[in-house]
Amino acid sequence: MNRYTWRTGVLETVMILVALVFAFPVYVLVSMALRQEGDQSSPIAPPSHPTLVNFGDAWRQAGLGAAITNSALVTAGSVVLIVGLAAMAAYPLARSTRHWSRGVFAVFMLGLLLPFQLALIPLYQTMRDLGLLGNPLALIVFYTGLQLPFSIFMYTGFLRALDSGYEEAALMDGCGPVRAFASVVFPLLRPITGTVIILNVIFVWNDFLTPLLYLSGSGRQTIPVALFGFVGQYVSQWPMVFAGLIIGIVPVLLVYFLLQKRVIQGFAGGLKG
Amino acid sequence: MATVATRPFRKHRDRPPREDPRRRGTSHRTPRNRPPWWFVLPALVFFAFSVLVPSVQGGWFAFTDWDGVSPVKHFVGLDQFRALWEDAAARDAVGTTLIAAVAITLVQNAIGLLLALGVNARIKSRNVLRVFFFAPAVITPVVTAYLWKYLYAPEGAVNALLGAVGLDGLRQDWLGDSDIALWSVVAVVIWQFAGYSMVIFLAGLQSVPQEIYEAAAIDGAGPVRRFWYVIRPMLAPALTINLMLSIIGGLKLFDQVWVMTQGGPGGSTDTLSTVIYKQAFQFNKYGYSIAMGLVLTLFVIVISGLQYWLLSRQEKKSS
Repeated sequence: MNRYTWRTGVLETVMILVALVFAFPVYVLVSMALRQEGDQSSPIAPPSHPTLVNFGDAWRQAGLGAAITNSALVTAGSVVLIVGLAAMAAYPLARSTRHWSRGVFAVFMLGLLLPFQLALIPLYQTMRDLGLLGNPLALIVFYTGLQLPFSIFMYTGFLRALDSGYEEAALMDGCGPVRAFASVVFPLLRPITGTVIILNVIFVWNDFLTPLLYLSGSGRQTIPVALFGFVGQYVSQWPMVFAGLIIGIVPVLLVYFLLQKRVIQGFAGGLKG
Repeated sequence: MATVATRPFRKHRDRPPREDPRRRGTSHRTPRNRPPWWFVLPALVFFAFSVLVPSVQGGWFAFTDWDGVSPVKHFVGLDQFRALWEDAAARDAVGTTLIAAVAITLVQNAIGLLLALGVNARIKSRNVLRVFFFAPAVITPVVTAYLWKYLYAPEGAVNALLGAVGLDGLRQDWLGDSDIALWSVVAVVIWQFAGYSMVIFLAGLQSVPQEIYEAAAIDGAGPVRRFWYVIRPMLAPALTINLMLSIIGGLKLFDQVWVMTQGGPGGSTDTLSTVIYKQAFQFNKYGYSIAMGLVLTLFVIVISGLQYWLLSRQEKKSS
């Protein structure tokens, strides 16, 4: 059963071939980005004279530096708020069994079902009336509200299984409930906090429709929208466009490859429900 | 699964008998251990502002003739829905969305399951392959969509590859032909998220006890029967999650379509989400657009509810 037989060898070969098929688009992405402008050879041939000049061009033309800053700002702001507010809300929701607590929890869970396409337009109007269109703050507020139900769901599940002895000990020792939460409960939530952070970072960083609406034309775009505008403008200069696309995904890929185990675990187990 | 596995042991076994069995964890006997109720307030405010209130507003605006600009909204009853029903393009978008969602769900999960079985075997490259197959799922969909738009171009890499292996007859205008454009878009979504289905199946596979599997093998069950009688029942929860996630994702499909075809050619790839966007922000028909949003909401709730009910019945039966 556990030996590496010839069957395992065949399976291994097949899987690696499948992986190569999966990787083909990525190969084209990289080989295209390394080409010189005007290289007319076949799109599947490797670049004849590889160059890195496209990356510099794309960085300047697309304003990717500013876009990455904006994306980082929006992502960090949203995730900090999501983690803080979700953990706080989950604490009484997990510990209290009163009617109001179950009712509030049910209301949050309703948010898991509602597609945000329904809220998008009325909220667009509200943001416009508040003068928040074009302001990254609008995105932070929106993402926080949007991602809270799922994050609260994760925290509540974790807290219900967590022994309340520690916080009770802290309370006995004269700790106030706020401090008991901040210095006892929240640190105990660390494993689930990691998962919540990873899932939300990837979601917020990659989202396209929301910033397309709330930030379009403001010059303070996030990465997906900046790339969208950039490609529209330079659509025939594929080598530079592809270099821009690569720059846009490097941050999230970096996070992924550095924390691969945690990321995969988060996606696999986090969405239990 | 993985993240929920850390359950500390309970200290207080001497709980009063009348306690509600749903109160797992431990007691609330210490009167002071009442987490302050106002802890939920900040979360509730954000949630109400960005989801709850606009959703309720959306549910109401769908019955008005709102144009998005004037503050005046007239109640028009079901007029928007009647218009929707009579609008062939809207009906097509509903059909397209459902077809795409079902196709994505079936194929993505089939491939995801095969990949999971493959990398769960004792092959040497399994850890590398896992990381590799999941990688597309973390990449910005706008980027993968542009990449594929280029690959699909008439002189692009897909056609070049077909030419290189002598299959010139299969060369297509992948996104320009209204008969196949939708399938081309669906293929991109599947390519990107098959690895996502894989990791969820993989987590399920790892819950299959190795002894049972080996016992079945010793008793003479071949790989197919071992899969069907030992692995399949254990995979039921993973399958439920996977089907729910992919069908909901498929129903909301927007990014890939918007980047690759903007709904074209001839509306053949318009989904509910792209039509919602166009109606509101290109034609200023907000009421109409929100009516479509409500239709999408109903689809998501009804289909995922139905699926959940069916699958949890299956799960109970097979366990």
